[in-house]
Amino acid sequence: MVELSSWLASLPISQALRRLSWLVPWLQIVHILANGIILSAVVMIDMRIWGISRSQASIAMARRFHPWIWAGLVVLTVSGIMLILYAPRRLLTDVTFQVKMVVMGFAIAATVALLAALRPGREASPGDPGRHKLASLLGTLTLVLWVGVTLAGRGRWLTLMMMR
Amino acid sequence: MLPAAVIGPSRRETIVLSIKELMGWIESTDVAMLISQSRGWFPALEMIHVTATTFVFGMITIVDLRLLGLLARGSAVSDLYRDVIPLTWAAFVVAAITGGLLFISQAVAYSANFAFRMKFAVLILIALNMLAFRLFAYPGISKWDRAAAIPLRAKLAGAISLIGWIAVVSCARWIAYLMI
Repeated sequence: MVELSSWLASLPISQALRRLSWLVPWLQIVHILANGIILSAVVMIDMRIWGISRSQASIAMARRFHPWIWAGLVVLTVSGIMLILYAPRRLLTDVTFQVKMVVMGFAIAATVALLAALRPGREASPGDPGRHKLASLLGTLTLVLWVGVTLAGRGRWLTLMMMR
Repeated sequence: MLPAAVIGPSRRETIVLSIKELMGWIESTDVAMLISQSRGWFPALEMIHVTATTFVFGMITIVDLRLLGLLARGSAVSDLYRDVIPLTWAAFVVAAITGGLLFISQAVAYSANFAFRMKFAVLILIALNMLAFRLFAYPGISKWDRAAAIPLRAKLAGAISLIGWIAVVSCARWIAYLMI
């Protein structure tokens, strides 16, 4: 990690970001907003799968939130990479950040699996309890994992304080 | 101009000093001291506060984007609205409580922080905007619930809400950078 950090820190883009350090708060803000979009899109999809949505919309209509999840992921990843490039060593060697990356890996995998389970033709309808259970499980898992990512995003201070 | 020691503090200075005294007192309460002096309470509260706020932003943005006609156009506005509101309120309450606890632990510094003041000013604006939407745009919703054309009032409320919440998140992130 230390060698990777040093290499990343030597990249021109990394040096440029450190010169433009005023960008960092804005990158963080964009990162937080993208996180919010992903969380809420997953919740809206989940509400339909769990059957607690007030709209009569079928689960297939949850597909309309797919583009927002993808857009959110793109913005999250790009802003995240730039934030890593700004301070590679501090982030990559931090345990909480490493945990966040691992959980996020699982969260993205769960999201992809969830969206695949909701594809048209394969949609989980109440008349197909097996598929519906799978969609329900994936939906819950995806939400739990993304909340975990969000918590881990601010968990660094907690870890630092508790380790003192 | 004569020095303040001769003519006494101006009215504005008196008010500022009183607020500072009040904040100082708030900081000295047992709860506030517990949070500021413990190792784990502040970071733990902050973690929950940020997560809850992120959630609130995300949920409200869905309604705002729907009002602006940018997403879920096939769904009725009121359906989305009624789905979103209960969860959003719950998250907002969590955010408000944790926010309050965070605030009291450093009341003096936060109350003097420009980003913090802006955040609160914008929150009040957003609250008024939401109230206006509920009072003036929402009651007639059955007429435009599924229509392609959303009334200007509702669009405006959506736009103000979206920009407002982005501003709140931005101010909140800037607080740490401006702390004395």
